[in-house]
Amino acid sequence: MDFELNDDERALQDGMRTFLAGRHPLSIARANEETGGGVDRFMWSALAEMGVFRMRVDGFGMTETVLAFEELGRALVNGPLVATHLAAGNLGLRDGKHIVGMIEPTEPWTVVEHFDSLDDVIVFREDGLYHVDPAEMKVVRAERPLDALTPVARIIEMPEGELLGDGDHAREHYRNGMVLTAAYQLGLCLATIDLARDYAMQREQFGKPIGSFQAVKHMLADMLTKAEVARAAVYAAAVNIDGRGDVPGDDNDGLLQKARVAKIMAGDSALFCGKTCIQVHGGMGFTWEVDAQRYWKRACVLDTHFGNSDHHAAAFAAAL
Amino acid sequence: MDLQFTEEENQFRHDLKAWLAEVIPNIPPEPHRDDWTGRRAWDTAWQRMLFDAGYAGINWPKEYGGRGATPAEHLIFLEETERAHAPYVGQNFVGLLHAGPTLIAEASPEQKAFHLPPILKGEHIWCQGFSEPGAGSDLASLSTRAHRDGDDYVINGQKIWTSFGHTADYCEMLVRTDPDVPKHRGISWLIVPMGLPGMDVRPLRTMEGSTEFCEVFFDEVRVPVANRVGAENDGWRVTMVTLSFERGTAFISEMLQSMELARDLATLAKQITRGGASAWDDAGLRRDIGRICAELEALWALTKRNVSQAQRTGLVGPGGNVFKLAYAELRQRLGDTAMHLLDRASLSIDDLGELPTHAHVYGRIHALSLGIAAGTSQVQRNIVAERILGLPKDR
Repeated sequence: MDFELNDDERALQDGMRTFLAGRHPLSIARANEETGGGVDRFMWSALAEMGVFRMRVDGFGMTETVLAFEELGRALVNGPLVATHLAAGNLGLRDGKHIVGMIEPTEPWTVVEHFDSLDDVIVFREDGLYHVDPAEMKVVRAERPLDALTPVARIIEMPEGELLGDGDHAREHYRNGMVLTAAYQLGLCLATIDLARDYAMQREQFGKPIGSFQAVKHMLADMLTKAEVARAAVYAAAVNIDGRGDVPGDDNDGLLQKARVAKIMAGDSALFCGKTCIQVHGGMGFTWEVDAQRYWKRACVLDTHFGNSDHHAAAFAAAL
Repeated sequence: MDLQFTEEENQFRHDLKAWLAEVIPNIPPEPHRDDWTGRRAWDTAWQRMLFDAGYAGINWPKEYGGRGATPAEHLIFLEETERAHAPYVGQNFVGLLHAGPTLIAEASPEQKAFHLPPILKGEHIWCQGFSEPGAGSDLASLSTRAHRDGDDYVINGQKIWTSFGHTADYCEMLVRTDPDVPKHRGISWLIVPMGLPGMDVRPLRTMEGSTEFCEVFFDEVRVPVANRVGAENDGWRVTMVTLSFERGTAFISEMLQSMELARDLATLAKQITRGGASAWDDAGLRRDIGRICAELEALWALTKRNVSQAQRTGLVGPGGNVFKLAYAELRQRLGDTAMHLLDRASLSIDDLGELPTHAHVYGRIHALSLGIAAGTSQVQRNIVAERILGLPKDR
């Protein structure tokens, strides 16, 4: 048992972090907001060239992929990253250069993200995965999405589409989607901790940095605590899916529970870290200018992907 | 990253399970919690069994009679003994996990030769005399005084939260040997035999109703200078060395108990009827229990990360503080959920009927100590913020 990153995993994490710091500073995200929050195709091809969407076709496991998605979250890269990865990696849909979105039919409305940027859509249904051509869909766009970098639209009409995989396939993709989303959520947590920490060190009131006050320190300590627990859950799910865990690699129910733990912990943690980061920033945290709001809003978006944490908590209990 | 155990580790687990399966059925029932003579005999008998089977001092170095197990093997040991419902370390706790390791690191050869074997064999029980009424989170401000008189130290003062003070043979004790220097630099670490003239041990009743803790009063108690471990006034460093022995395993037994308790709570909810339906039909309750079980799973994964880090670097690092913070909060939430489910049945600590409610009510009370003992959650947060996140000190 060695549940610490090995040298290769560390190198992959560092490489991804350096690449994103260079190619996707937050200024790019902010600039995208001004143009409607569409997916940056230039960035998308750069990610495709890096092999982010083909990692598991190219011989990497879920463990390495999770580390990459954690960095995507840390850098707040927008767009349907998980859906495109699932499509390119296991469904053989397109080559990873196209932007593939996903739809989970929900009530009262089914909502699609990034509609105007999508080349293809995967629909998750009980009985399988379907491919739908966005050109055949009718939507009503929301004027003001919650997250300015995640444009949303309500679906008015959508064909059934063409079957890509059966129910088992759909469940496996859904589970992998949960874990990759959780990894992205973990990245969000880590970014908010850096942001809040830097602010607490630099902002002075009553003649000292606010980070010297215990009331502020304790908020930051709680953020780190939740993030580290989430990290353990996310990595454990990935390692188990790769067959190096404590449940057998063919125990689908056991693996699903691991994925649920990851999605619950990372989802709750990202929401907590996002809102606490805003609180640490005080009045500035409530402004558009400070990025704290961006992380929290993205955390809200991702909690709804592949089942929110309440849904999975209930589902986890049902298996007890 | 890899969560699978090596062949040697699996063999270790296999042998341990076989041994436990053989001995556990023959262990007599645990004595009543107020029967301290019985409890001491029960705890030390278990320690002797571990010793005879080669499992005593699992993480102690081989040269001092331990097994020299790796942190991963220690995790396996705690996991399997807990799953087998083996006796908890109990009164052997301070000797095995605190005083013993300190002696191994800092004591003289004579002190080691005299004290270490009886700890391993369950012959000596140790207690801890660190905290004082006026020195809790700020332990270094302790004021129990020891002044030199010839070859003796003469001790005056009071210690508190001394677990097993009334059954122990020896006390690891911090005393102030120089009151005129900065607080961390005037402390010494002493081995104090219990029952010396001038010593008064008074049980301290906790909100659990038990008397595990004691207050110990010292009035002109004479202890030979030869009982000091480390140099005079170097006791704070000696204590810090002890803390560095932590390998991320401290809460494993307790954590696994909580995991079992949480699953038992789900079973209990299915047995309890409420308004003509099963309590488990309540979606809110199911979600609460589901979330708690999921979080406990996450903490089990975090434990494995901490142990892995200890295995690699010899230190747990920040993960230990993070674990304790998260666990203390979660364990209270588990307790609250249990109390709500039990409703009126929660008003008795003991079972009122056929349903096993005792563990949940007693556990709820016990959980209140977790955010206090071994560094309050507030102190843990300060440590996380200052040592991990690098925020400025301000007290």
